[in-house]
Amino acid sequence: MTGPLGKDLLGLADLSAEQIRLILDTAVPFKEISERQIKKVPTLRGMTIVNLFFENSTRTRVSFEFAEKRLSADTVNVAASTSSVSKGETLVDTARNLEAMRIDMVVIRHPASGAPRFLAERIDSNVINAGDGTHEHPTQGLLDLLTLRDHLGDLAGRRICIVGDVLHSRVARSNIYGLQKLGAEVAVCGPRSLLPNAVHELGVQVFDRIEAAIEWAEALNVLRLQLERMQAGYIPSLREYNRVFGVTSARLERASRDLLILHPGPMNRGVEIDSDVADGPHSVILHQVTNGVAVRMAVLYLLAGGRPDLADAAKGGRA
Amino acid sequence: MARDLLLKGGRIVDPSQGLDTVGDVLLRDGRIEACGGTLGTPDGAEVIACDGLIVAPGLIDVHVHLREPGREDVETIASGAHAAVAGGITAVCAMPNTRPVTDNQATVGFVKRQGEAAGYARVYPYGAISVGQKGETLAEMGEMVAAGAVAFSDDGRPVESAQLMRTALEYARTFGVPVAEHCEDMTLAHGGSMNEGAVSARLGLKGIPAEAEEIYVIRDILLAKRTGGHIHLCHLSTKGSVELVRWGKERGINVTAEVCSHHISLTDERVGHYDTNAKMNPPLRTAEDIEALQQGVADGTIDLLVTDHAPHHYDEKEREFADAPNGIVGLETALGVNCTWMLHRGVITLSQLVDAMSCKQARIFGLPGGTLRAGGIGDVTVFDPEAAWTVDPTRFKSKGRNTPYGGTALRGLARYTIVGGRVVYTAG
Repeated sequence: MTGPLGKDLLGLADLSAEQIRLILDTAVPFKEISERQIKKVPTLRGMTIVNLFFENSTRTRVSFEFAEKRLSADTVNVAASTSSVSKGETLVDTARNLEAMRIDMVVIRHPASGAPRFLAERIDSNVINAGDGTHEHPTQGLLDLLTLRDHLGDLAGRRICIVGDVLHSRVARSNIYGLQKLGAEVAVCGPRSLLPNAVHELGVQVFDRIEAAIEWAEALNVLRLQLERMQAGYIPSLREYNRVFGVTSARLERASRDLLILHPGPMNRGVEIDSDVADGPHSVILHQVTNGVAVRMAVLYLLAGGRPDLADAAKGGRA
Repeated sequence: MARDLLLKGGRIVDPSQGLDTVGDVLLRDGRIEACGGTLGTPDGAEVIACDGLIVAPGLIDVHVHLREPGREDVETIASGAHAAVAGGITAVCAMPNTRPVTDNQATVGFVKRQGEAAGYARVYPYGAISVGQKGETLAEMGEMVAAGAVAFSDDGRPVESAQLMRTALEYARTFGVPVAEHCEDMTLAHGGSMNEGAVSARLGLKGIPAEAEEIYVIRDILLAKRTGGHIHLCHLSTKGSVELVRWGKERGINVTAEVCSHHISLTDERVGHYDTNAKMNPPLRTAEDIEALQQGVADGTIDLLVTDHAPHHYDEKEREFADAPNGIVGLETALGVNCTWMLHRGVITLSQLVDAMSCKQARIFGLPGGTLRAGGIGDVTVFDPEAAWTVDPTRFKSKGRNTPYGGTALRGLARYTIVGGRVVYTAG
């Protein structure tokens, strides 16, 4: 069955503004389910979902699993290190074998950009991209959008800056595409060695100084600095990174307005973000995590063919 | 004794003689007996009516990978040579990145004999520049030349040591053969799988900047200047490379260059949603690069149009983009692509097309052929530059199906491919 999003969710680049708004609007009623004592509705009862993770992930996998279980789907987690993938099986064979067991959806995380699309073009099940290489992480993008919308309202014309390793960040790409589709102004800030050479082609403003970015923006989405970037020589040291690009309370206090602070996690405290900012009054980082479950429930529901107007009814278990 | 073959009434295009005229070509005993004018039909001769067709010296492609020895599951010398003639190509130079590497006279001899046994296109072996293509010590070039090697290359990878490249240019000069370089700074291209630009930024794929190629282009031109050796630059893909080659040629440096059909026709947008049939090294670049490369062919800066024919097994391409191997097949589409993107768009004339696909290939690599002059070898391509057709990879003679042109409408098709006076391919 094909719902209003099509068969798969591969990236925000593929979605229209209407589709993005639909997911966010659908997530709102789903938030309430997680606040109940009995956090479960029968909406996806009888559906089988495989969480196929070729990379380590705790947060995203657990978030998806909660979303699936709260909608009563049957879920199986497959980690690449424990599956036949490590015996040399190709991605397409892995997928076909899973599908032969009659599954309905695959949630895939993979180190290669484009792997979810490769899979989606070859199997009938719905495919959800849970992060592919340095390409996209659409559900993270969506939960960031939902969090920003919760705090700023309509995002049209709002100024959001993404800070850090944009070059290697799938979160950055999904944020840029999603925010632009909703009419926000997007900027990036980070060392030039961690920005794509063709960054201007992404339609974003570039700040070389974090101070200037803070002065401009209404919200900062602070990316995780992968420690291997330093080992690969993209930056000289974590110490210098923190000194030049770290989001610190001293820098935020100099700004003329309060900024909303987002971070996709896991954080390197004291590197890209200081603890007093991460735990401070303007941080919405845990709110992002909570929204993550709701957004993923909405995506699962819509891909399963759920009618958006029934989302309210679904949470009551009457769909 | 084989029958004489008379090619009757075609438009003879042979820039080696400055010829573009309607007339006949007679082949006898594997050689060109006569060319031009109206020729009588000798007794018992086979006659092919060539009205409305182009009769050209046999097309040559100095850059192909035939995978034998080592990967006969992917292509054999016979299947590759068959694919060549199906594309109107009468001779190919086989790159030495086989398994084992063609870096010794025994393997060179093997490649040559397999080509002769197949009886399709002529197959001229390349020898490796360095032992095992490891970039450490020079391979035995003299022995390989004696066994039939026509040029040297470590293609697939660059010669990283400037000192080794310098020595290779000097040493090969002794034997009068070119050294062909795969221009790629591996430290800069490291891990890249497509052109670095807007598309790679969007797709989240690590890019290969143009400079990874250009740094080696200028290094090698300067080494040719120092040594007087003949550097041939393989598969150039960037505007900057064209400008650097132009710079070298203006100074009389012994540099020649080639470009692949895919680099004069497709941009990195063709990668689309991670289509591994648009993955090759060097990668597809931008519209600006295509324009510069086409212009380079038109003004002679780029000497040759080649394919870099690189068959791969279906399973190897059927995977994640970054992990898929580089390369596409091209022997059966090159003529059509070159006609469609350059001839029919008025970038080059028919004479220039034949020059870049035949005459100059023979001249630069010292190969027989590349001319219809009486006495030359009887290799002729009869083609219809106007014939419209649609690429259907399932009909390829090559074992490889990895092409970005599947379903593409092309204009330009070989009708008869003649090697040594014998028709080895007739379009069906």
